[in-house]
Amino acid sequence: MAEPLLSLQGVSIAFGGLRAVQAVSLQVAPGTLTALIGPNGAGKTTLFALMSGFLKPDAGTVRFDGHDITGQAPHLNARAGMTRTFQIVQPFAAQTVRENIAVGAHLHEPRRAAALAAAERIAQRVGLAPLLDKPAGDLTVAGRKRLELARALATGPKLLLLDEVLAGLNPQEIAEMIPVVRALVHGDAASGIPGGVTVLMIEHVMQAVMNLAEHVWVLAQGQLIAAGTPAEVTNDDRVIEAYLGHGTAARLRGAAG
Amino acid sequence: MKDLAAIAAFAAVVGGLTLGIDSGVWLTFIMMALYASLLAQSWNILGGYGGQFSFGHALFFGTGAYVQAIVQLTLGWNAWLALICAVAAAACVAAFVGALTFRYGLKGSYFALVTLAFAEVFRILAVSVDFTGGGVGLMLPLRESFGNMQFGSRRGYIGLVLGFVVAAMLATSWLRHSRFGAQLQAVRDNEDAARAIGVNPWSVKLAAITLSAAFMGAGGAFYVQVFQYIDPGLAFGPVSSVEALVAAIVGGMGTLWGPLLGAAVLHLLAELTRNLFGQLPGLNMIIYGSVLVLIVMFVPRGLSGVGLSVRQAMRGRRG
Amino acid sequence: MYDSGILFSSVLNGVTTGAVYALIALGLTLIYGVLHIINFAHGAALMVALYAVYLLKTHFGIDPYLALPLVVPGMFGLGYALQRGIINRAGHGKDENILLVTLGLSIVLENLALLLFKSDTRTIETPYTLTTVAIGPAMIALPKLVAFAGALAASALLLLVLTRTDLGRAIRAVAKEKHGAKLMGIDVDHVYAMCFGIGLACLGAAACFLLPVYYVNPQVGAGFVPVAFTIVVLGGMGSFGGALVGGLLIGLVESLGGLFLGESLGQIGIFAVFIAVLLFRPQGLFGAKA
Repeated sequence: MAEPLLSLQGVSIAFGGLRAVQAVSLQVAPGTLTALIGPNGAGKTTLFALMSGFLKPDAGTVRFDGHDITGQAPHLNARAGMTRTFQIVQPFAAQTVRENIAVGAHLHEPRRAAALAAAERIAQRVGLAPLLDKPAGDLTVAGRKRLELARALATGPKLLLLDEVLAGLNPQEIAEMIPVVRALVHGDAASGIPGGVTVLMIEHVMQAVMNLAEHVWVLAQGQLIAAGTPAEVTNDDRVIEAYLGHGTAARLRGAAG
Repeated sequence: MKDLAAIAAFAAVVGGLTLGIDSGVWLTFIMMALYASLLAQSWNILGGYGGQFSFGHALFFGTGAYVQAIVQLTLGWNAWLALICAVAAAACVAAFVGALTFRYGLKGSYFALVTLAFAEVFRILAVSVDFTGGGVGLMLPLRESFGNMQFGSRRGYIGLVLGFVVAAMLATSWLRHSRFGAQLQAVRDNEDAARAIGVNPWSVKLAAITLSAAFMGAGGAFYVQVFQYIDPGLAFGPVSSVEALVAAIVGGMGTLWGPLLGAAVLHLLAELTRNLFGQLPGLNMIIYGSVLVLIVMFVPRGLSGVGLSVRQAMRGRRG
Repeated sequence: MYDSGILFSSVLNGVTTGAVYALIALGLTLIYGVLHIINFAHGAALMVALYAVYLLKTHFGIDPYLALPLVVPGMFGLGYALQRGIINRAGHGKDENILLVTLGLSIVLENLALLLFKSDTRTIETPYTLTTVAIGPAMIALPKLVAFAGALAASALLLLVLTRTDLGRAIRAVAKEKHGAKLMGIDVDHVYAMCFGIGLACLGAAACFLLPVYYVNPQVGAGFVPVAFTIVVLGGMGSFGGALVGGLLIGLVESLGGLFLGESLGQIGIFAVFIAVLLFRPQGLFGAKA
């Protein structure tokens, strides 16, 4: 591929005796929608923290947009174009939806009125327009997830790290979110989303992964055990075993006859 | 803008009252209520909008007060020039303390404790050092004139403190409608989320504590001009710290008018009690402390109702 | 420069004072370790205890050491009531509000004392106040020695209660895992109040040992607050061993610091240690987490 947007080389971190992430290397191409999956406790969120600067790796490098950003502070990474969301949503509860998103817009927009206007535009794109003046603390889980997404989007990122943006949503809500996420990368005239953002998502909802991701990495116990298209990866023995236990793949094949 | 109009109206009303009223008692009441409002509004900038609870704001008050006195007494400079120095000194102290404590990520109770510790250190230093007059303190000679910032009647002082209060209100209004204010409140509400979208918590908090301290220092300078006396206990003792924080919380922190409301109510309460029971030592503080407990227990959002509950303002510390 | 007698005397002084500091700090660290609240009212409560001991002596002629069985349960009751009646209710279950409530309580208590007793410093006279004992090259006041022994004994008793009794087990369970403890049928609110009560009871004991060699006025609590907090953060919040060791250490630092640097600078030294620990090593020497 051409110069990857994000490139990890041998990134590792350990907490006390626990090796949370071990020598992970991967490359995210610009303009792609990719996914990071793996069983609980695999280290996916830790990896996001390492990419975005919330944690400093013990070893390895992180390169973004041609620069070495290993261990760089999160706010600097955001300014460079990498924004992450959180698995457990973190709204600015005392402020309205509009004000929340405006903080993101302010990253590149110093004027208040312009930032608030940008917030309104983005809210419309992700379907939050009717809730603009509601305090963020009053939103449902689905609303908060959208808010998290909208706020991150307002920073005008090149790379968006979405951490389980579909977790806690019911099937209807998931179905509504999927096209929004796709539009981030590929654009959608109808909703006015311009596209062009590279997205890397941590996801457990397989329906979304199969539907959206062009390329998938699988993390288990801190190590990258597989990579490829969704179809390739879900058929990989090692991946099946990571989720369902040792020997499962063979048993499934045996049962299939 | 709504805020500006309201602030202007407020200033006009107070100004009108001041010019119209002749009673010395009432003029003094207005002056002290405004003074308390200044302290409360300044604490509100860091505590209500920044989410950092300082228990030692007297640190900045005392710095302003002492610099105001020392510059006039030792350097012989003009009182207005001294004011600039006082405010600048308070801001510098804040920048130092803020840079240190925020650099090391102190939040919540630990931040409160450290501010208390710094205030105490300065108090002890003020007692031990000569140029502050030691334990005896410093006295400003009576030389009434506008140039000396000493006014014959309360009206002059009210004009002065009203100016400070209006400035503090304008600064707070700016926080509500600016990028800096939005970033500051984001850091208050959720520091990690703020970092993820490009806000630098250290620099934002540093700016907030410096701004807050500037107004607190002005309050200290004002105190010296009015009472013409300062000593370590008055400067760095708990009274001004407590007045500032209780008034802001009682009125509703994180709002524009809350601190003013809180200051007015508390001062009224103090005056009423003084009229009923006389000038008893410690009575004021008992009231402040009790009101604080009661408000936190029953009306956590403060009297203005729309103030942030203490809980919400401090939730950011977990971020 | 300083002869060994003065040095030794200073060390002795520091250690005996340190033991009492440790007892005070133990109460504070217990409250933090279990309730996770920083009790700003700790100093004020000590002052209340000291006044209680003082009044028992001046109005009823009860010797401070004999007052132990009165003051300790009394302080326990006060602590229980304060926690159950005010702090728990004001906190709405959240740690954050409690910060302000304990601050408010400390302000009220201190100024109430100011109102009732004026700011006069008072001391008591006992037949043994001026008795001294020789230890090595130094002379030390007998009450200080008793304070040392008493404080250590009280600390040991506290540790026994925490490790050997059912209440102690319940307290440790709640400290570790509140919700789990609740599920096991432990009345968490009651345990919290017991804990706060015990914390204040420590102050009651400390006051009985302290008054014969010290004094009381409304500001006396404020003088102990920085020391107590410094010990707790130095030793590590919630760490018992830390509070004990920290107490003795700080007692020494204060005594020797006062000897070499003079009173004021010695006091600043304590604050400097406090600020430094919070900035650079918030978990303290023995603590697990900040």
